[in-house]
Amino acid sequence: MCLVEVEKAPKLAPACATSVMEGNVVHVHSPKARDARQGVLEMLLINHPLDCPICDQAGECELQDYTFQEGRADSRYQEPKRFNPVEDFGGDVLYVANRCILCTRCVRYMDTVADEAVLCVSERGDRAVISKFEGEDLTHAWAGNVVDLCPVGALLSKDFLNKARAWELDRAASVCPNCTQGCNSVLEVRDNTVVRMKPRSNDAVNQFYLCDPGRLDYRWLNRADRAEQPMVRSHGALAPVDWEAAIAQAASLLKGNAVHVLASPMLSNEALFLLGQLVKAQGGSGAFTVMTGPEAPLSGVPDLALRAERAANVRGAELLGFAKGGNPLAGLTTDKVLIVADHDVSHLDATALKAKAVIVIGTTLPTALSHADVVLPIANMAEEEGTFTNLRGRVQRYFQAKAAPGLARPAWFVLSDLVAAAGGAPARYAPGEVFGALAASHAHFAGMNWEGLGLSGALPAGGAA
Amino acid sequence: MGYPHQSHPREAVVLSKHFGDAEARTLAGWKARGGYQALEMALGMAAADIVTIVKDSGLRGRGGAGFPTGVKWSFMKPGDGKPHYLCCNADESEPGTFKDREIMRWTPHALVEGCAIGAYAIGAETAYIYIRGEFTEPLEWMNKAVKEAYDAGILGANAMGMGKRVDVHVHKGAGAYICGEETALMNSLEGRRGNPRIKPPFPAVAGLFGKPTTINNVETLVAAAHVLKNGAAWYKQWGRPDNPKSTGTKLFSVCGNIARPGNYEVPMGFPFKDFLWDLCGGPLPGRKIKAVIPGGSSVPIITAEEAEGALMDYEGFVAAGTMLGSGGVIVFDDAQNMVKQIARLARFYAHESCAQCSQCREGTAWTTKILERIRDGQGTMEDLDTLLSIGDSMTGNSSAS
Repeated sequence: MCLVEVEKAPKLAPACATSVMEGNVVHVHSPKARDARQGVLEMLLINHPLDCPICDQAGECELQDYTFQEGRADSRYQEPKRFNPVEDFGGDVLYVANRCILCTRCVRYMDTVADEAVLCVSERGDRAVISKFEGEDLTHAWAGNVVDLCPVGALLSKDFLNKARAWELDRAASVCPNCTQGCNSVLEVRDNTVVRMKPRSNDAVNQFYLCDPGRLDYRWLNRADRAEQPMVRSHGALAPVDWEAAIAQAASLLKGNAVHVLASPMLSNEALFLLGQLVKAQGGSGAFTVMTGPEAPLSGVPDLALRAERAANVRGAELLGFAKGGNPLAGLTTDKVLIVADHDVSHLDATALKAKAVIVIGTTLPTALSHADVVLPIANMAEEEGTFTNLRGRVQRYFQAKAAPGLARPAWFVLSDLVAAAGGAPARYAPGEVFGALAASHAHFAGMNWEGLGLSGALPAGGAA
Repeated sequence: MGYPHQSHPREAVVLSKHFGDAEARTLAGWKARGGYQALEMALGMAAADIVTIVKDSGLRGRGGAGFPTGVKWSFMKPGDGKPHYLCCNADESEPGTFKDREIMRWTPHALVEGCAIGAYAIGAETAYIYIRGEFTEPLEWMNKAVKEAYDAGILGANAMGMGKRVDVHVHKGAGAYICGEETALMNSLEGRRGNPRIKPPFPAVAGLFGKPTTINNVETLVAAAHVLKNGAAWYKQWGRPDNPKSTGTKLFSVCGNIARPGNYEVPMGFPFKDFLWDLCGGPLPGRKIKAVIPGGSSVPIITAEEAEGALMDYEGFVAAGTMLGSGGVIVFDDAQNMVKQIARLARFYAHESCAQCSQCREGTAWTTKILERIRDGQGTMEDLDTLLSIGDSMTGNSSAS
């Protein structure tokens, strides 16, 4: 496509496949180069359907962009267009052959990056199409990346099919929360609902890729059964109150009591840091467990895999003093106050969740915790700003993509108020302030600052671990 | 001897001397006809000296592009520690060309010998002969010849007992036009889809299996053996005195509307008019020659008048507005509908386009559709402008062209 004129070269050069050499003079906008590109565009379009209005790629289509930039306004092609049926490639991928321009990015990705050559070009001439090898499917855990790589609407995500137009989406830089790898991602939101997660490039972590289990596991960010307002137990039942009353009630329950904290490894470093301060001040313990699943590496990229531990901040929770694995309730005694900070309790023995008092700081209020004394509703990771620490110790920021439901507040906000109310450090008013305090007090985060983390994160001074 | 007709006295019979002579196919028969003397000579020489002789002879590539063979060989840098390869392009997929087929059918050992000499000259221990899938009979003869050569110790770890390793392998293609393009051939040989590679890097730097590779046409390698045996001066006896750039003899395959189709070997610079009328017998009775494609179907077509003035060498055909190409002469007489003929050729290219570059993939199919519409009486004047414009747009903007 991108033919450019190189002085002294016998013919135009494809820009993406030509190495620059000493002394080269390249003309990108010369009449010859522009004419050639217009010629290529015309050829790419003669058999390409004019179905942008119903194509998922519209708005993020390279062919559409190039056509706007330098394409012809009309078509000289009078013959019937080639037709091929839509094919299910397996996994999350649908192949709309009519839109394919045969750039073969998908074929090359599966061959050289995924190292599972499932795709090929079959046939020749204008009959050529992308095919699967016989008996194969696009079921590789990282196969969904071909949808992002496809410059046109030929490879589509079944999950995103006909869901939204690209220009209707709000986008926020994020970090995939679904395993300890910490792949950089973009959360795409429409009407306050996450509709797609795509990879965001970071050479040090995930290059340009996101695994299928990771990218498709975003629906929990939209769950409707959320805790939406602060509540305290009054006359035997939970009753809604304002935030001040709820924080005051929680602080009074904590007074003079040791705590046991069940902290979710999905919480931010900031929230975990404040919970850790609470444990330190009150005395007590903190623990967590993490869901696991099979590991799935992407062989063409060093140190990139869907990791067995399926939560984003396992490393952060460990660094900040929470014990991993075993029985997370081992440290709980009935003279302690139990704080459940969004930790999954569905697999725990409900009868063991007994304590002097129970404070729930959560995105939801599970039935097993309906005996809570105070409920403090918090935002999930898509609804707040924060940082996660990945398995190699890289600290990475994620940004807010949508609004939290009801009166829910970010966990760092709630915990900062609670720490202050319980007699600790004064309340802080931005996640960056909490991170600053964390960086000042913890060796792993030493020298890092909120702004400096930028969009690609930072490793501790000693390097990756 | 000549095949299928007797050699014409005006032919310069070197490569085609044993066409039609079944005994030349066997090792014993080939040796009786002076075979493998050139290889024995070569293995006793320094490789660089062979390259120099071939360079001096003026031998140029017989596959189509006409690149000087000795110069190509000199691009290979011996002693760089990498394996080097020689590829023999026996794909002969250009429509109208069938000279390599006859070389392999009648004188398979000539090609084995040429490959062994070429491999040694460029510092390669291995040569691959890539034969197109449709060439079942030539494949059979080549396999037999290679086996005979191994059994006789001509090839192998100690070729001809002279302490040098020369291996020759025969590989059968699947029958794709594009696999005659050198880098597509290498991809195919490696087991990949036969798509041309983007150059640079050129094969001499990174070719087969990413290693320095030289690729030569069948006729070129066979001619190189004769050059080595008889010397550069001997080879230069053929050619126009006023054109030292084209030397030696050249095989032309002639087909179409002509009295005596077949292969002819003539000196470079032979008058095309004499060739068509004297050697090939002119048009069929009662017909007139209308047009000629002189170098395989991808070179420009010329009228009978233009053909009559042309001289048969690289420069002569360029002066006539076309190219020597692979030497596949296709003759059309006045009974032919040229639109129909061109539409048919266009269909071939549309069918065979490897589909890698959009210009060729879509352009060949588009031109075919327009030409077939014109053929069927549905053309418009605008179609002609569109055809010319598509042609311009395709030329030079694809990997293989």
